[in-house]
Amino acid sequence: MLEHDIVVIGGGPAGMAAAVAAYDAGCTDVVILEREANLGGILMQCIHNGFGLHKLGSELTGPEYAEAYAQMVTQRNIQVYTETMVTGITPEKIITAQNCGGILKLRAKAIVLSMGCRERSRGALNICGTRPAGIYSAGTAQKLMNCMGYQVGKKVVILGSGDIGLIMARRMSMEGAKVEAVCEVMPYSGGLTRNIVQCLEDFGIPLYLGTTVVRIHGQKRLEGVTIAQVDGSRNPIPGTERFIPCDTLLLSVGLIPENELTRMAGIAIDPATNGARVDENCQTGIPGIFACGNVLQVHDLVDYVSEEAEHAGEAAARFVRRQLREAFSRSTAAGFGVRYVVPQHITTDEEDVSLFLRVTEPFGKVKFVIADDERILAECKRLKAAPGEMEKLTLKAEQLKNVQGPITVSLEVLE
Amino acid sequence: MEFDVIIIGAGVTGGMLARELSRYQLSVCLLEKENDIAMGASRANSGIIHGGYDPIPGTMKAKMNSRGVELLFEAAAQLHVPHERNGSMVCAFSAEEESTLEELYEQGLENGTPGMQLLSGDEARVLEPYLSEKVTKVLRITNAGIISPYELTVAAVGNAMDNGVQLLCNFEVKGISKKDNHFTVTAKTGERVRGRFLVNCAGGYSDKIAALAGDCDFEIIPRAGEYMLLDKSEGLRARHTLFQCPGIEGKGILVAPTVHGNLLVGPNAVRVETPASTETTSEGLSLVKRLSAKTVPSVDYRQVITSFTGVRASVKGGDFILRLSEKVPGLLHAAAIDSPGLTCCVAIAKHLTVLLEQAGLALAEKEKWNGIREDPCTFRTLSDDEKDAYIKADPAYGRIVCRCEGVSEGEILNAIRMNPGARDVDGVKRRTRSGMGRCQGGFCGPYIMQLLSRELGIPMEQITKSGEGSPMLTGRME
Repeated sequence: MLEHDIVVIGGGPAGMAAAVAAYDAGCTDVVILEREANLGGILMQCIHNGFGLHKLGSELTGPEYAEAYAQMVTQRNIQVYTETMVTGITPEKIITAQNCGGILKLRAKAIVLSMGCRERSRGALNICGTRPAGIYSAGTAQKLMNCMGYQVGKKVVILGSGDIGLIMARRMSMEGAKVEAVCEVMPYSGGLTRNIVQCLEDFGIPLYLGTTVVRIHGQKRLEGVTIAQVDGSRNPIPGTERFIPCDTLLLSVGLIPENELTRMAGIAIDPATNGARVDENCQTGIPGIFACGNVLQVHDLVDYVSEEAEHAGEAAARFVRRQLREAFSRSTAAGFGVRYVVPQHITTDEEDVSLFLRVTEPFGKVKFVIADDERILAECKRLKAAPGEMEKLTLKAEQLKNVQGPITVSLEVLE
Repeated sequence: MEFDVIIIGAGVTGGMLARELSRYQLSVCLLEKENDIAMGASRANSGIIHGGYDPIPGTMKAKMNSRGVELLFEAAAQLHVPHERNGSMVCAFSAEEESTLEELYEQGLENGTPGMQLLSGDEARVLEPYLSEKVTKVLRITNAGIISPYELTVAAVGNAMDNGVQLLCNFEVKGISKKDNHFTVTAKTGERVRGRFLVNCAGGYSDKIAALAGDCDFEIIPRAGEYMLLDKSEGLRARHTLFQCPGIEGKGILVAPTVHGNLLVGPNAVRVETPASTETTSEGLSLVKRLSAKTVPSVDYRQVITSFTGVRASVKGGDFILRLSEKVPGLLHAAAIDSPGLTCCVAIAKHLTVLLEQAGLALAEKEKWNGIREDPCTFRTLSDDEKDAYIKADPAYGRIVCRCEGVSEGEILNAIRMNPGARDVDGVKRRTRSGMGRCQGGFCGPYIMQLLSRELGIPMEQITKSGEGSPMLTGRME
């Protein structure tokens, strides 16, 4: 059994930032376990620009952003096991992993979970029809193109207007494929506004809102899809069906945090985020196990992943030094217009606390109201709010004094 | 090429017959029109080992089922195919259905079905906590089981090949002629094989094959059945295979665990155009959902990971067709093998062997026949120490390729190298379960393509999902 102070599971943007932050906070015995041959995680296939503006002050590609953090890891004498997959963790913080050398057992004083997320598949959507070749999740297509150098199709329909789907619409157009349409079942896009402009509008790709794929055609390779408009309950409206010939269907219909190990350890999961329930230090229900990045909640920007992970890494280091105090415990809750709030509970009234949340649907001018059972703790206005953009609100330490009951974040529509 | 016996169709019937014939000093070839075996009804069905109460006494189905159960359990053990004797229950929801259960019980006694019990609804719910409160009575068959049908077919064909049977895939039969007591079977590609005996195990296409051989006296009526497969988080909703009372269209919608720990619900029964009509429909799947909820109301359908359609090769009259052709000497039909065909596959293979002997095929046993198929390592089921030993012996087991199902590179290489080797992405999936989990191949797909490319020595652009016409990629990037 190997013994370490902090073991970080997953060497993507979250894992690297957490390890670096833990090291810089004074905990020098940090290990990263990474499945792939290199650090970087999903960033390695994101060869487009747009990473690092907030965090590193310049606009980088995914691999460049990853490289910046990988260097920080290397400079710090943080031990990295690559091609090493964790297959189990226990509440006692014993980790089972494997690589080509055999089975590894590690005991950690603290664990940081940073396994990222996976894409929702066709099966989860239950689209009817045949099962031909040519149906990929957007991320799989991205990997085949950007990391392996292959074209996945020539005539493409994309279902879902999440950011990966939008970015792949642009990528495939640039590689000479014809993107016939992007269909989005919701009446609004789940992607960032800048991506809709830069990836669809600039390439003349139509975005059909309130539209979904209802049938898949073709025995061997995809021959086309039937799309249809949907009603308010997202059921297809008869008579609106339309056949679009295509050889490729990309799915960008949502990301699901990869919490199988989290569940294995018995850590409570928030059904709204599909991530662990955590406090303001990203600590899960098991003391000393932390979660950050897309395994905790799906983020829009990698910069915020790094930020959250640094916070988790510092907290893990404090835990190892027995300096992580829990003054009290107040749960948070999502009120009107708010889909979820992270953290799910707060344990301090001595430090400022950031609250992350997503709204349930697009709004114009709104006011977020943070209140306990008796009074309003804080208010915060926004010119607009959309589910595709994560909101960050801050509660000052003094606003947390004498909180009664759960802290609810809700939304008031101003216009 | 010259053979004693030519078998057309590498489904579970043809595959198990090939294995049975491989015991004897015979040259046998197995023809398959697809790029892989088990591509018809054998890959998409309920995977049930039926107790034997259901077929009408005196029919071929009744005879084969009562012989078949134990023979199949025995073969599954020899072939290291995942199976389990989990038992089944037929559920009654009304007084009328209760009397149906009693009739089935009587019929089971007549068929010689062991292990039958009639239980009250409450007694059944002790064994099946998620069973509907509305179930008033069940017929439990302790002897029934579940098995992975495509893995059974792969193992049967693999074992047959290990014992000398030749498998020819992508051999779509276009012509059959007979001269001088020899059949000549011609493929769409022009390739030919010759043989003294011809066995028609062509499933949904067995009527077409019979016609090509000049003997058409039956017509296959393809009937589709749609299924949904749920995540392992729902796997414990049923321990037994839970049936509703049988109707005209089949044994009714079932809710069953799979040998891999998932939950399976389905099938409906719809007459379709061709045996290739394997598309799913929203009407079909909602019907399956609605009817299965009657048996187990708590199933969480948000956990569906995939849905699929199997097509039964049925005939009017409904019994198996297992007989020598009267018109064409040396031609043997094994047709209309719908439910409980999987249960009966070994019994059918033995019965067909006897029929071939009656038709003049000499059966002399080989001195060395090995009916045991090497256990393909299922890495995720091993203990840590066993895993460590595997990895030390072959580091490829150290690399997990499919993270959802925990499938190692070593297992995937095995699937490509062992008889009958996987040749496409779906072939790897059926043999190893890689890509069958939550992410449905999102992460492991590209790796599996690379492994296939490397092992088969073909470029990535030629890797297919399931044979010709189904390329995964459309080219290299410039």
